[in-house]
Formats: sequence, structure tokens, C-alpha cells
Amino acid sequence: MAAFGSFTLLIALALAAYNLLAGALALRLLATGQSARISPERLADTARRAGIAGFLAISATAFALIWSVFTNDFSITYIMEHSNRALPGAYKFSALWSGQEGSLLLWAWLLAIYGFVLRLTHKTDVKLFAYAGTILAGIQVFFLAILNFAAPPFALLKGAIPDDGNGLNPLLQYPEMVIHPPLLYLGYVGFSVPFAFALAALMMRYPGEKWIKVTRLWTLVTWLFLTAGIFLGMHWAYAVLGWGGYWGWDPVENASFMPWLTGTAFLHSVMMQEKKGMMKSWNVWLIFSTFLLTLLGTLLTRAGLVSSVHAFAQSSIGTWFVVFMGIVLAVCIFTYVLQRSHLKSEHHLESLVSRESSFLFNNLVLLTACFVILWGTLFPILSEYVVGNKVTVGAPFYNRVAVPIGLFLLVLTGVGPLLPWRATSFKSIRRNFVLPVISLWTTVIVCLVAGVRPWKDGAFSTGDFYALVAFAVSVAVLTAIFSEFLRGAGVISRQTGRNLFVATWMLTRRNTRRYGGYIIHIGVVVVVVGLAGAAFNTNTERELAMHDKLTIGPYTLECIGFTQDSNLNYNSEYAMLDVYRNGKKQFQMTPEKRVYLASDQPQTMVAIHSVPSWDLYVVYEGTNPDTGQPIIKAFLNPLVGWIWAGLMILVFGTLVALVPSLSPAAAALRAPTPAVAPAEQALKGDQ
Amino acid sequence: MRLNFCFKSVQALALALAVCFSLGATDAGSRFNDLGHRLMCTCGCAQLLGECNHVGCPESGRERKELTTLIGTGKSDKEILEWFSAKYGATMLAAPTGHGFDLVAWIAPFAVFAAALLGTILLVRRWGGLSGAKLQAPAVDLANEDPADRERRETIRRETGIDGGF
Repeated sequence: MAAFGSFTLLIALALAAYNLLAGALALRLLATGQSARISPERLADTARRAGIAGFLAISATAFALIWSVFTNDFSITYIMEHSNRALPGAYKFSALWSGQEGSLLLWAWLLAIYGFVLRLTHKTDVKLFAYAGTILAGIQVFFLAILNFAAPPFALLKGAIPDDGNGLNPLLQYPEMVIHPPLLYLGYVGFSVPFAFALAALMMRYPGEKWIKVTRLWTLVTWLFLTAGIFLGMHWAYAVLGWGGYWGWDPVENASFMPWLTGTAFLHSVMMQEKKGMMKSWNVWLIFSTFLLTLLGTLLTRAGLVSSVHAFAQSSIGTWFVVFMGIVLAVCIFTYVLQRSHLKSEHHLESLVSRESSFLFNNLVLLTACFVILWGTLFPILSEYVVGNKVTVGAPFYNRVAVPIGLFLLVLTGVGPLLPWRATSFKSIRRNFVLPVISLWTTVIVCLVAGVRPWKDGAFSTGDFYALVAFAVSVAVLTAIFSEFLRGAGVISRQTGRNLFVATWMLTRRNTRRYGGYIIHIGVVVVVVGLAGAAFNTNTERELAMHDKLTIGPYTLECIGFTQDSNLNYNSEYAMLDVYRNGKKQFQMTPEKRVYLASDQPQTMVAIHSVPSWDLYVVYEGTNPDTGQPIIKAFLNPLVGWIWAGLMILVFGTLVALVPSLSPAAAALRAPTPAVAPAEQALKGDQ
Repeated sequence: MRLNFCFKSVQALALALAVCFSLGATDAGSRFNDLGHRLMCTCGCAQLLGECNHVGCPESGRERKELTTLIGTGKSDKEILEWFSAKYGATMLAAPTGHGFDLVAWIAPFAVFAAALLGTILLVRRWGGLSGAKLQAPAVDLANEDPADRERRETIRRETGIDGGF
């Protein structure tokens, strides 16, 4: 199977190279009108078919690797290092992305899948898709070249073949790890598609903004994958690492967050181009930057430039990425300089207080956040280079710099939708903002009364201050969004006689993009509320003998036993804790520590009891070597569940935004009374 | 006059915030927690000292004891951080310090943001040819609008999809 995998990988590279060269030649012939022995259209079609065949070849390669994992073919170095016989089936799939070679193969495979779909749907716009397909082939050539020459997944083991492998990294032996990396990669790789379309549209001086409509689905789906991937990563870190948090500002986390920020900025500002023909250069560079950041993230984590807990991924392929990024950047700059006259804006902003400028400021804040994260990630390297002194840039830096930026962005989330396009008046501002402002100050007062006070025991708590601001702004933003829904739904309700819920549904169906976007904003607000809860985290640690008790918040944990278990994959120790509240037994928790046999590495399995107000998070830290008794660390983490609930809302909102809106005619047909014009709603919504 | 009042209000707010942020934790427990989150564990786990949860960690136990002792001696936060930095190296501090080249780490994000904000405002003003007094373009008075005009405008909106985004 190793020979088969290596062969198909080589075939895939040859096909991608043909796709790139033949595609480029065909497009060149088309552009210049030169004649050739084969017509450029036929040549372009052979390139497209090569791309499709390339997908089959890479799929065969991926199949070969998965087959080798399942058949325990330890003659392949990668399988020996990342799997073992006792590894459960689901985690055998994880082996595909647990090491560098496998994760690069996954990248190439996903890119091939995206390319396959793109090439199958080429009739949407044959020429644009031919350009985009050729650019994707160029990216594919890079990844396949690395896989063939620098990080071959089917390299054979030298010496005797062992009976069993080293096993999968214990950190990855968790259910979410079966879906988190593929989702993240779908997001990372997916941004290659809008990048390819943007570059293609620029190269061919594509008339109008149709390419944006064509790529909108791709961009939104990609963004959804990246978002879900990041959140699942957070949940994994929370449930597995056992430190009570979910985001540690690790360079790898930062690497995934940066393209998310620029991608989010692109999704907002691209509307300006679509609707008003504005910010064309800006958008092109946003999508170029997003793609380059996905490569930079990979470079940062794989080249060992910055220290990260994801050290397992480090290797020497950094040089390949540096060269490739250089080529991509050069192509982008060259194309932009050559074609920049095509990107002239058709309109300009007319007022600082308008929907357009809110998008502009939203972009400004998102890009500043991206810069802060990039700066913080690279500063240790810069400091070492400039003054020869390596420093740490950890959570305190980001919390101090990024949190205020995040709060500012949250404010814009609420303000933006309340502003009309073009311009507004103070009168309409006052009318639209009065409710959110009232709700903001009401929340401040309620929070202060409830004990959320920045001043405690004579000291100022930055965390509490940020939490107070976050809660207040969140409520104000929710008020603003819900009032937008209510305003529109109220008009429909009056005109159709339907109740408000049905009217809200009808309203959303008529403009899924706008109201789906609002739902996404609601999700973001819910996430922020969850994040703000971290300011009130508490924890306690104790060694517990039988029937000893530990109290945290309203809960009392009683140790009723600790025991051991084992299976073919790992040995485990766990404590059994009865949890009481108000003197009544509520439930039992069993935090666990495992030692995986193949790798001889320990792994924490946290016990979490989640309710909307908080998570009771219990870690079994092991036994005291002197007394043999378990050491238990318990956390009470307020509002963590809101983060995951926010993700659900965010996903739902994105799915709504992906559904095409009902045309006015269809909406009228579905309404019981004719001609329910969105006039009043739209006009009111514009003020 | 009104502008002057606004300016003074902003100044007062900035001063209040600066005072707030310069205040530190006072009691020993809060200081331990605060300083524990400004130092890294040096065992290589890449966690903050206050959050390192390794049983049998060769470093964090000793470092926490040192932190408790130093707080007990009455040293200031700055002196304690300098003590740890001198003993274990600058990488033990979880964030760059506020002097020397480290200061660049703190200044750059705000400088970039301020420059970008200023640039954006200037750009918008240039685009719109707006003066300070013209920042708000006149809005349509919808209450007194002619219904025929409203209908026409609405038709244009529907047909051009100007109001279609979220």
C-alpha cells in the first residue's frame, strides 16, 4: 500500500502540474488571441479534467494512508509514529492529521475536493472558473511537491519493523479531535477558493461584481468551517488540557484566529463592493491577506519560529512555505499593480455616520486586532533579533491590548445595523439609539447592584471592569438587533395579520442575508457574554481522603472513592466524587487521569457539569506520592456554556444567511394578503 | 464652549481610567493571584505560573513559594517581577515590560490603530469633501415625504438591492 500511495501522490503532482501549465497556456492563448495546434478552449478543458483526475489521485493517496493505519502497517514510518494496534477506530482516522505529513496530505486532499466541486460547476462562468482552477492548481502543485519531496507520508521505516506503533498523541485521543482539525483545515484551505477567484477576476479584468456573488457561498461556508473549527479547538482545550481555560493565546491558536479576523473583515466589506462598487482594492487585498495568513500560520507553527504547545508539528518545511509565500505575494503585487486601474471605486463614502463607514470602521478594528495578534506572536522573534533578548508575549499582553479592541468591535456590532446607507441625521440617530442606550445603562446599574463591580476591597479589577462593560454593551447590542427584528416583523404582522413569530420568520426569509447576519451578531454577543464570565472564575485545590469534602461556590464535593482501570489502550486512575448542593446530593463526577500504554504519556480527562450559569470543572491531578491520596482541583467557571451556545446561534445564523432570500413575488404569494412591500420596513430600518 | 466641555470630559474620563488601571491589588491573596498570572511557569508547559496544574511539576511549586515569600517581604510588584526576571530570565515574565525595547510591544498596536483611524477619517473626509460642520449629510425627512416619492424610492431600493446586505 505504501508503493500505491507514493505512486498516486506522484501522479497527483503530475496532474496538478499539467493543470497549471496547460491552464495557464490556454488562458494566455485566449487572452492574446494567438493560434495554436490545439484550440485554447480544448486545452483549458483538458486542464480542467486533469484537475478532476488529480482529485481522484489524491483521494486514492488519502485512502492508502487510512488503509495503512487500519491495517497497522508499521513498515510506514508515519503509521508507526502516529498509531498503534489498540487505538480505537475513530482515532485511527485522526492519525491522518496527527503528524505533519498526514496533515499536509489532508490539506492537499481538501484543496482537491474544493477544486473538484469548482471544476464540476465551471459552466457558471467558464472563463472565470478556468482562471480560478488554474490558480488552485498552482497552490496544489506546492503542497504536492512538499508531500512528494520534503514530507513524504509513505516513507518506509529503516531497520526492523516493530510489532506495535508509538500510538497517537494522547492529547488527540478525544472525540472532538476527530472533527476539529478537519473543520479547521476546511476553513484554512477553503480560503484558497475566494483567493483564487479574486486573483482570477483581477487577472482577467472581470467586469462587474459577479465574481463576488459567485464566491460568496464559498467564502461564507469557508468562514463557517473556520469558525466552528476554532470553537471546537477551544472546547477541546477546555475539556482536555485541564487548566480551566479555553484560549491561551498560543501561537497556533493565534494562527487560526488571524485569517478568521481578515476573513470576517472581507465578508463585511465585500458588501460595500457588491452594493456600491466601493473598496475594490481593499477587498482584493483582504482576501489576499487572508490566504497569506493561512500560509503564515502554517509557517509559524511548522518552522519552529515561535514556541508553541503544538510542538509536535514542527519541522524543516518552513523554507518551502517562505518561498511559496514570497511567490504568492509577488504574484499578488504584480497583478495588482498591472490591473489596479480596474479597481477604481464607483462611489465614495459620503458621511462618517453611515452604514458604509460602520463597515469601514469594523474593518479597521478587525484588522487592528489581527495586527495585534500578529505583532504579539512575532514580537519574541523581533526582540531577539533587535536586542538579543527573547521575551514572552502571553495572555496578559493580549488581554490588555486585544480585549478593549474586542469591546470596541462589539459596540460596532450594535451600532452598524442601526445606521442607514449613505447618511443619517441626529434625529434618526437619537430615535434608533435611545433604547440601546437605556438598556446599556440599566445593565450597568443592575450589574453594579448584583456585585459586578470594578472596585473590590479598595483595588481596581481590570477583569471585572471589562466584564461590566462587556455585559452592558452586549445587552445594548441585543436590544438594537431585536428592535430591528421587531420593527420589521411589526410591519409584516400588521399587514398580514400573522403573529410576531411568524412575521419574524417571514421577514427573515425575505432577506436571509441581512437577518442571518443579525442572528450571527446575536451569536457573537452570546459568545462575548460567555467570555466575560471568565472574570469571575474561581478555583480551589485539595488532597482528598475518603469522605473528605471540598467546597466551591454552592457545591460541596465529597470523595467517595478512587480507583484504577485499564484497557488495551490506556491505564486510568479516577476519583468518584458525590456533588452536593444545599445539603442534597445532585450528581456524581469522575475526573480521570489516563496513561496511554503505547506512548507512556499521561492525559487528563476533566469532569464537567455544565449549567447555563456556570461550569463545575473538576480535574483529577493525580495522587500525592507520600499519602497515595488523590489531589482534586475544582473550578467554578461562570457562563462558559454561553460560549458554546453562541457558537450554535452563530452556525444557525450563517446557515440562514446561506439560504437564498425569497423574491418579492414569492414572498407576496406566500403572504395571505397581496403585495406586502418591504417599503415601510426597509425605510424604517434605514433610519 | 461645547467643544471645550467635551474635551475636558474626555480628559477627565481618561484620567479616571488611567488612575483605575494603575491601581493594583492590595491584599496578599489578590497579589499572589495577580502576580501568578503575570509570570510563566518555567517547566516548559507554556502555562502561567498561577495556572500550571502539573502534579509533580519540578518548577511551579518552588516558584510559587518564592512568590509567597517575596510578597511577605513587602516588596512591590515591580520589584518582585524584576527579581524573577533576574533569576529565571526575561521569558519568565508573561508579557513584555514597560521599558526599553519592550515598550515597543505595547505602543505599536495603539500607534497602528491611531494611525489607521486617523487615515480612515481623513480619507472619508477627502472622499466626501466634508468639512467639520458638514459631517452629517442631510437626511430625508420621511415623515413629510411625498407618498409618490416614497414609492419611487422604494421601487429603486427593491430593484437595485441597495438595502440587501446585513
